[in-house]
Amino acid sequence: MSTTSLSNIRKELKKEQRSLLLKRFLSNKLLLTGSVIMLFVVGIALIGPFFLSYTPYQMVVENRLSPPSAEHLLGTDNFGRDLFSRVVYGAQISLGVGLAVAVITSVIGLVIGLLASYYKTLDHILMRICDGLMAIPGILFAIALMAALGPQTQNVIIALSIVFTPHIARVVRSKALSIREETYVEAMRAQGASPLRIIFLHIAPNTISPLVVQATFIFADSIITEAALSFLGAGVPTPDPSWGNILYDGKLVIFNAWWMTVFPGIMIILAVIGLNFVGDGLRDMIDPHTKPRSKKKRPNLFRFNFQKARG
Amino acid sequence: MGIYILKRIVSLLPVLFVVSVVIFGIVHLTPGDPASYMLGEEASPEQVNELREELGLNDPIPVQYLNWLGGVVQGDFGDSYFMNQSVLDAIFSHIGPTLSLAIVAEIIALSISIPIGIVAAIKRGTATDQSVMVVSLMGMAIPSFLLALFLALIFGVQLGWLPVAGYQPLSNGLWNHLQYLILPAISLGAIQAALIARMTRASMLEVLNTDYIKMARSKGMKERTVIYSHALKNAFLPILTVIGATFGALVTGAVVTETIFNIPGIGQLIINSIERRDYTIIQGIVLFVTLIYVTINLIIDLLYGFIDPRVRLDSK
Amino acid sequence: MTTELLNVEQLRTHFYTEKGTVTAVDDVSFTIHEGEIVGLVGESGCGKSVTSQSIMRLYDEYMVEYEGKIEFNGDNLLNYPIKKMQKIRGDAISMIFQDPLSSLNPVFTIGKQIAEPLMLHHKKSKKEAYERAVELLALTGIPSPEKRVHEYPHQLSGGMRQRAMIAVTLACEPKLLIADEPTTALDVTIQAQILNLMRDLNKKLQMGIIFITHDLGVVAELCDRVMVMYLGQIVEEADVKTLFEQPLHPYTRGLIKSIPQMTGERKSELSVIKGNVPSLTNKPKGCRFSTRCEFADEKCIEEMPPLKTHSDTKKVRCWHYEEIIAREEGGHVHASST
Repeated sequence: MSTTSLSNIRKELKKEQRSLLLKRFLSNKLLLTGSVIMLFVVGIALIGPFFLSYTPYQMVVENRLSPPSAEHLLGTDNFGRDLFSRVVYGAQISLGVGLAVAVITSVIGLVIGLLASYYKTLDHILMRICDGLMAIPGILFAIALMAALGPQTQNVIIALSIVFTPHIARVVRSKALSIREETYVEAMRAQGASPLRIIFLHIAPNTISPLVVQATFIFADSIITEAALSFLGAGVPTPDPSWGNILYDGKLVIFNAWWMTVFPGIMIILAVIGLNFVGDGLRDMIDPHTKPRSKKKRPNLFRFNFQKARG
Repeated sequence: MGIYILKRIVSLLPVLFVVSVVIFGIVHLTPGDPASYMLGEEASPEQVNELREELGLNDPIPVQYLNWLGGVVQGDFGDSYFMNQSVLDAIFSHIGPTLSLAIVAEIIALSISIPIGIVAAIKRGTATDQSVMVVSLMGMAIPSFLLALFLALIFGVQLGWLPVAGYQPLSNGLWNHLQYLILPAISLGAIQAALIARMTRASMLEVLNTDYIKMARSKGMKERTVIYSHALKNAFLPILTVIGATFGALVTGAVVTETIFNIPGIGQLIINSIERRDYTIIQGIVLFVTLIYVTINLIIDLLYGFIDPRVRLDSK
Repeated sequence: MTTELLNVEQLRTHFYTEKGTVTAVDDVSFTIHEGEIVGLVGESGCGKSVTSQSIMRLYDEYMVEYEGKIEFNGDNLLNYPIKKMQKIRGDAISMIFQDPLSSLNPVFTIGKQIAEPLMLHHKKSKKEAYERAVELLALTGIPSPEKRVHEYPHQLSGGMRQRAMIAVTLACEPKLLIADEPTTALDVTIQAQILNLMRDLNKKLQMGIIFITHDLGVVAELCDRVMVMYLGQIVEEADVKTLFEQPLHPYTRGLIKSIPQMTGERKSELSVIKGNVPSLTNKPKGCRFSTRCEFADEKCIEEMPPLKTHSDTKKVRCWHYEEIIAREEGGHVHASST
């Protein structure tokens, strides 16, 4: 009797929590807008291929540089390939690279940040290395790495992961350091819990929310940097489409084919803005303290936080 | 103050050490042998080995690193594999356009962002303020190379107002110089403008809430005097910091923007060097720009101590 | 009495905030005469500062709404366009703020800050204004004023900064000076110096002073008349002597009892008023003090008492003050010994 009522209460509570979470999600306009934009972009990448009548590699030379039409929704490129198809598959590659970088940097950055937060000597060494890596301007660093590794998609992922991991490690470390000082961690240490247990079972979960926020921004920055690298010819190699190398081709024919610049450009902007909104929104949701206090007559629709320096 | 400067510089040493190891490491990650690239496919193994010996490539890696570092400290970044000149000469022959571009971009960014930031702060919470915030957020989210392409497409290709590619040095006349720089500078400056506008707004808002602004109003000062004299002078300190920081970012950003507009700066040099696998140049440019970056940040840090009138007077 | 200088009638100040409209000053009426020092007393957050800044109309006009009348020399300041208001500020009415360090602009010299209103309101040349600035600094008792005039606020000590700020506010010889806790941020010895200075200046220049403070000791020393504020309303108004001799409102009585006494036997503990000030967004329906008042009954909780005139010099906002006095007189010994 009492157990069933208890489990009922628990169910009720969970339901309530879920509806509360939904409410918070819906009231967070940034997060909502960002999610809708991302849903659209990801939708194009995943569902788009089912509606394609051309592959992204199929060249029809007599159809070179034809403007958008019923036949080719977004027109064709300088090799007569269907631009719509290339943008859709490009979305898979560009988003894929960004997501891969976000995941890889999160995992490695989490481990580095946690270890650094717990072991003093290691901290000094790891953080000096992070400082050094972060001192090199990101895009140049990526260019140099790509020059050394050679232009291949997996190398783009490796290069960007090297560039962005220190950022995650920093965020995780600073959060972990503050958790480390909490009384319950002290207590566990006093009870003789092993360091690894404390780090991964008790400190790590608390660093997840700032990590996710930071990873979202890195997702966006990776998309930009991948596009820039591919645009410079040092990223995803042709003939594989990525938004960046479609732009590279588009630049060559910018006088004849505006569509080759405009459409992949819009996709990049949508993805980047969507991810930035999601990141800002998540941060507002997790950490309401950063919201600026304001005394305003009109309710503020867009309350953006300045402090988010890019990258 | 002297001790403070010294401390800051010493704290940079480990960072610079890591930077040097990483940059040196990048070149040695490279698969393949630079000597055989340089000599071409017909070279005999003896010739290749001779060149390797000459370039010091047969030494153990740590020795190579120390030799390289010793050269860098003395201002010798090595020689280009392909061009018959030293790395530093190559950089200096390309730095002019890059700096020009960065400076014009900074001027454009400042002349837009500061007034906008001030207006947004004064009209906080209004539609004006909100549109400034939204537009600046967009500005921060649009990558500058994309903006560059769009601007080139609209103003260069469709409207034909400005040239889409090329560069003229200042010695060919100011307008000739500028017309090639306007589009790249706007695209490069937009992100900085967004950042500075937001900083200006935030900083002004903070100052406008202080007691001395209330005091100035209670003295009967006109609103314009209150804002442009009493408030701005105080709000400017943090704004200046952002300006310094963004100038560093401009130099890097210029690398990508240059290739779009065919401006013969460092950016083009590095792209051409990638194609030619001229690793010493790539290494040199990354190191050079990183040093500029680090130096600018150091100067800002030091300026912060100097600019504040309280600190300035105390040190007298 | 002498001529009326300022007449505030049923002033209400509403702020627009995200949580809705907040009324920080609610139905405040009072009069200040020429050459008079009037204390405005209350705990922090009771609306003293809002009242004073409403007189100067220092809030951003779009986030605030005023109701009632603020008559200065017969004109309603609330009807003035902002340009005309700016001509009054710093000239006929000026204001001293609590913290002299944060109220003086850190990047301007003291001289510039004193000269500014002179150049603006009295159309003095820069040279004349700076000469006058030196005189004013001397008047407020700052040593070697000709040197100090070129210094920055942070180079002065706390007391000197407050003197400098007083010099700024006196520059145009105002008719009315509003002093918002001018001694709170200062050391006790310097407090006394500043109070003496204000008394001297009041005599010399014949200006009316509204002296805002939460310190009843300061009021007893300086003011002619006192108004006690609680949660946006004036709850008692009296001249200083009668206020201390026979406080009418339970809140005033609480305030006076909480002053440590130097004379007489040392009591075991200071009496304190129970509870906390309710927030402005959650004001009691009836008497504002009803949540903390030991005498409160149904009526107090349900109905807001009006500001009643008790005698020529006394007004009080309480339903039961007569009963309380009666009881007090009955058990006088008891009251003074606890």
